[in-house]
Amino acid sequence: MDSLKKRILFSGLLLGISFSMLADQPIEVIKGSHPGAEPPIWVSLSGFTGEAESVLRFDLYVQGFNFTNADNAQYLIAGSNNGNFQGRVTDRYNRSTVLAKAYSGASLRRQTHLFVDEFMKALGRVGISRTKIAFKRDLGSTSEIAVSDFDGAGEQAVTADRTIVAAPDWVPGRLAVYYTSYKLGNPDIFYHDLSSGQRRVFSRYAGLNTSAAVSPDGRRVAMILSKGGSPDVYVCRADGTGLLRLTKTREDESSPCWSPDGQWICFATKVRERRVLEKIPSTGGAAQVVSTPGVMAPSEPSWSPDGKWIAFTTQAGGFDICVVPATGGAVTELVSGEDPSWSPNSRTLVYARRQGERRVLSLLDVPTKQYKDISRITGSNSQPSWAN
Amino acid sequence: MALGMALSFIAAGCSTHPQNMKPIYGSVNPPPEVNPMPSIQTPNPFTEQQMPTMVPFPTEYPGHTNWAENPDQLKDYTVHFAYDSSAVPTSDKSKIASVADFLRSNPNAAVRVEGNCDERGTEEYNRSLGERRALAAREALVGLGIDSGRVDTISYGEDKPVDTRHNQAAWKKNRRADFVVLTPPGK
Repeated sequence: MDSLKKRILFSGLLLGISFSMLADQPIEVIKGSHPGAEPPIWVSLSGFTGEAESVLRFDLYVQGFNFTNADNAQYLIAGSNNGNFQGRVTDRYNRSTVLAKAYSGASLRRQTHLFVDEFMKALGRVGISRTKIAFKRDLGSTSEIAVSDFDGAGEQAVTADRTIVAAPDWVPGRLAVYYTSYKLGNPDIFYHDLSSGQRRVFSRYAGLNTSAAVSPDGRRVAMILSKGGSPDVYVCRADGTGLLRLTKTREDESSPCWSPDGQWICFATKVRERRVLEKIPSTGGAAQVVSTPGVMAPSEPSWSPDGKWIAFTTQAGGFDICVVPATGGAVTELVSGEDPSWSPNSRTLVYARRQGERRVLSLLDVPTKQYKDISRITGSNSQPSWAN
Repeated sequence: MALGMALSFIAAGCSTHPQNMKPIYGSVNPPPEVNPMPSIQTPNPFTEQQMPTMVPFPTEYPGHTNWAENPDQLKDYTVHFAYDSSAVPTSDKSKIASVADFLRSNPNAAVRVEGNCDERGTEEYNRSLGERRALAAREALVGLGIDSGRVDTISYGEDKPVDTRHNQAAWKKNRRADFVVLTPPGK
């Protein structure tokens, strides 16, 4: 065989070897790399009725599970709720028991939520079934702040200001919220302790005071103030001292949010006539654009607790919920809606979506794109904030 | 791929959202950023009109709480803004001049500029934009020699439309800065 043929044959053999090696390697789908395109985890339910069943369905659906019969489920969830809740989760593939619990005390609803949280924990996931949200109730010419369980149960009024209120934000780990109210004739930021019911004015500078965002460690608050002549991002300590102006632009900044490590603040602004998201060191420094390729007019960012994603609203041609990797990359548009806020699990978002003349609060599981309205909360509501 | 996806989402959005909503930059998507530029505090390259300097509020700003309010006196001079813009249009400069004339003729009066937006922005975005509009009118008044201490601002974002319809005509009316006359209590 001449040398050319030898080389061709040799290359062919090499290729043959390479291909066979590749064929043995399973293709790895990196979870989280395709938001909105992941299949749900299939479960079956058996033996549950009434409120217990509806709580199970709601809680699981918004965390990326969906329902099928026992023959096709990955997890079989069986139990009963005669008075008290008891349930068992079985992994159908390896026949192991993931969880088996019986509950007493509190309410059936609380027991069921706890069961779902314990199921999530058994899977190594963060549960959200016992978390709370704050939001704005739109009453026409006025609005008020309210809080509820994440599924809309136990709604309670926070304000009775009979004026315009806006932008609630939970204090991490505490039953307290910041929000904007025009009660004193100007948009001012209030701190409201929900345990005591006491509130105090937190920021009442001349001009606009709004969009309070508490740092993940609870020690600092970012906000939008216009006292410098233009709406800019400021940060101060939770006691109001140490006010630091982070941006100084002619343009209108809005909606600051924190990175989970407290190092960065992401916000919406305008650079060279183009609406963008930027991030700036929370102790001051130069801002950098957070690129949202292919998507225009980003606003209302929210940074996931695991640090990986920034969710935001695009305002071009309608409002859509989008996510972009915090380190940069492609934008995924997910569903119609606005003003997302991450839950502690870094996959479920609460947001508002327009339905005729009203806005309804809705929960979206980003990886599967499954979403469900919080139908317990009636009327028109918006600006939800998830307690972390 | 991204272009197709973006267009299909915009099309999907149009089927459920009010008519005549157009993307801000038309149908051409900007190219993805390769090296994101840091924020540069350079003067605005938009040179159509002289950009006035920003006018901060003094630290000890008394404001005009408890002053009497008259929202009708200067209603003919409401300034209207272009979509997503806080620049006072050239066509409305005469209205600013009229407000300045009023303030010169009424030395005890002050004015509150109320900035508003149409519904096509998200809520906090609109609250900031409304404030920026009010501040732009304030800057223009100061530029005409009015003492900045006589001009308050407030933003109502999209919360106080004058026209609640979902069309261009309504949106145009809602993108505005209103002037409310303030006079000292007891006068």
